[in-house]
Amino acid sequence: MGLQAYLTLAAVLFAIGLFGVITRRNTIGILLGIELMLNAVNINLVAFARFGPSVVGMVFTVFTICITVAEVALGLALVILIFRVRRTVVADHLDLLRG
Amino acid sequence: MTDPGSVALLAWLLPAGAFVLLSVAFPLRRSGRPAAYVSILFSAAALGGALLAWRLSSHDAFTRLLWEWLPAESGPLATVGVLADSDSTLMLILVAGVSFLVQVYSLGYLADEPPASLGRYYTYQSLFAFSMMGLVLAPNFVQLFIGWELVGLCSYLLIGYWYQRPEAARAAVKAFWVTKAGDVGLLIGIVLLGRQAGTFDFVEILRLVDAHALPLAGLGVITFCIYLGAVGKSAQFPLHVWLPDAMEGPTPVSALIHAATMVTAGVYLLTRTVWLFQLTPGVLALVGWVGAFTALLAATLACVQSDIKRVLAYSTVSQLGYMFLGVGTGAYVSGVFHLVTHAFFKALLFLGSGSVIHAVHHAYHATHSHEDAQDMRNMGGLKQYLPVTFWLMLIATLAIAGIPPFSGFFSKDEILAAAFARGREYPLYYLFYAMGVVAAFLTAFYMARLMAMTFLGQNRTGERERGHLHEAPWIMTGPLLVLGILSAVGGALNLPEFLGGHAALERWLEPVMARGVALFGLEMPHGRTELYLIGGAVLVGVVGLVAGFRATLGRRILPAHDAPPDTGFALVLNRKYYIDELYDRVVVRPLVWLSRVVLWKGVDQGVVDDAAVNGTARLSRGLGWLGSRLQTGQVGVYVVLFLVGALWVLSAVAR
Repeated sequence: MGLQAYLTLAAVLFAIGLFGVITRRNTIGILLGIELMLNAVNINLVAFARFGPSVVGMVFTVFTICITVAEVALGLALVILIFRVRRTVVADHLDLLRG
Repeated sequence: MTDPGSVALLAWLLPAGAFVLLSVAFPLRRSGRPAAYVSILFSAAALGGALLAWRLSSHDAFTRLLWEWLPAESGPLATVGVLADSDSTLMLILVAGVSFLVQVYSLGYLADEPPASLGRYYTYQSLFAFSMMGLVLAPNFVQLFIGWELVGLCSYLLIGYWYQRPEAARAAVKAFWVTKAGDVGLLIGIVLLGRQAGTFDFVEILRLVDAHALPLAGLGVITFCIYLGAVGKSAQFPLHVWLPDAMEGPTPVSALIHAATMVTAGVYLLTRTVWLFQLTPGVLALVGWVGAFTALLAATLACVQSDIKRVLAYSTVSQLGYMFLGVGTGAYVSGVFHLVTHAFFKALLFLGSGSVIHAVHHAYHATHSHEDAQDMRNMGGLKQYLPVTFWLMLIATLAIAGIPPFSGFFSKDEILAAAFARGREYPLYYLFYAMGVVAAFLTAFYMARLMAMTFLGQNRTGERERGHLHEAPWIMTGPLLVLGILSAVGGALNLPEFLGGHAALERWLEPVMARGVALFGLEMPHGRTELYLIGGAVLVGVVGLVAGFRATLGRRILPAHDAPPDTGFALVLNRKYYIDELYDRVVVRPLVWLSRVVLWKGVDQGVVDDAAVNGTARLSRGLGWLGSRLQTGQVGVYVVLFLVGALWVLSAVAR
């Protein structure tokens, strides 16, 4: 199991996450997709740290996880607020900024 | 300050001082009579200056430059100043004198005007005096043109003095436009001449002409264009239509601007540039043609008008035709002579008619009647109410009819004799002579008709009004008296030699006119022929007067509101040969159509408003709409676009 396998896994995970972000109509689904993409990045970082000479990647990963937690908390809070005002969390209906 | 140039300059600037004072000090202007006194005082001082300039002037021309305007490397293109020679000082006295008399007279005539209006009137009067003097004293074409336009402006302002009346406002606009048609010609002529000669200065151009250095090619066009200006300003056919309408202005204005001074500016322009017109005999012949034709045409029209001022207006057009006939014949001095005598007797006639209108108007005013105070059908028998006016107007009538020894006889006879003399060379001028004689007959006829309808016979003003008729105050009859004396003895200015005179005016004007006379010399008839011509002219005048009195007194004239409408040829005459209607169809309506349909609806609304202004707005809005389509508000779309962009950037970086 070399570096390439991890990188492939990360790429696949990233693509799935991106696919989710683009195709999901539910805002929570989009947040989940973003989580997947972030974790794909985490896998990348960890893999490089394991196979490379430096452990910076590990440190970065810890940071990323922390920030992700904050981001998800903030994201979900926004979703709840939107739901309270608009009674929906479907992203297609949230088009107030349409030109 | 002893050269005539400086004195003339001072005389010129005095009315300007009054104008500026009245314009700036508006409480003074609005006070009415004090403003009038200021204007009259300055005008009297200007008259004094003009007379002094004449006393001081010798046969030499004096130039006094105020400042150099439009400087150029080869000397200034135009200067502002005065050129005081015998021709311009003569005109200066005439302008200052008549202007002064009219301003005094107006004090009585416009006594009932509100103070602010009276102040406005005198402000315009001062501006007119300044402008007209600037015109006659101009040392070059540029200043002459400025003065020319300024007097046109004053004419417009004073015709429209009673601007609340729609007829007056319309007449003012009409006068402005019709004269402007000629002025454009004048401007083109001046510019072309300036290009050909390289200077606008009269003395410089004269020097070129003397040295045969002025290229003759195209000079006919130039003189024709300059003549066009004279046609407009001096109301020659076919641009004569504005002058009768200009009678909507106050009567003193008609006397000053539309009889004595401004309308004669065309004649003055031709005599001023006589050395130029000499070189183009064709144009000069045209001047004679148009002059003779205008004299005859206007005289026929004057025979049927019932408005007293309109008779005089057509009479003015006719007499201006005589002056142009004189100039076109080569009798320049006679043209100027007639200009001067005409200024006297026509100003007198207008001011006299003003006195009549004043009386009738007051009578109607007193009884709250709305009859026309200018209609001669409402007059008649006024002799016993206005004796001073009657006798003075009779002098003017005899003068204009050419009865010796009154002034008009000498000047008109000289013009006719000159036309006759020219006929020996060019038989065409015999025709001009004949037209002039017929016009002279008609002149005597319509003047007799005017006098008879106004002063003789039964009074038709009305039973109740009769008691209110009275002679004008002395402030009006005073100027009349001065003009009456001048009309009576004005002929002495140029008394012919066979009557023991010295042809003083001819000698006086010799330095200016000699060049013209030398090039286009005229052998005036002498001896028996001269006596026959004079006898014929006097006979025509007397017969005309008798015929006029008999024809008018011999039939019953009904007051205006009882009179039947005109029929037949009288109708044609009353409608002025339908020239106004012709202009309406040929010029006014097509212009209005062009302005309304093409320029307004087409160019302004279509091209400017729709295409240019609104079109730009529509274009920006369309582009904005296209751009706003990108803003879908859908997060997914943004993400896809972002992805595409990111991939594009990455692919560019990775390569």
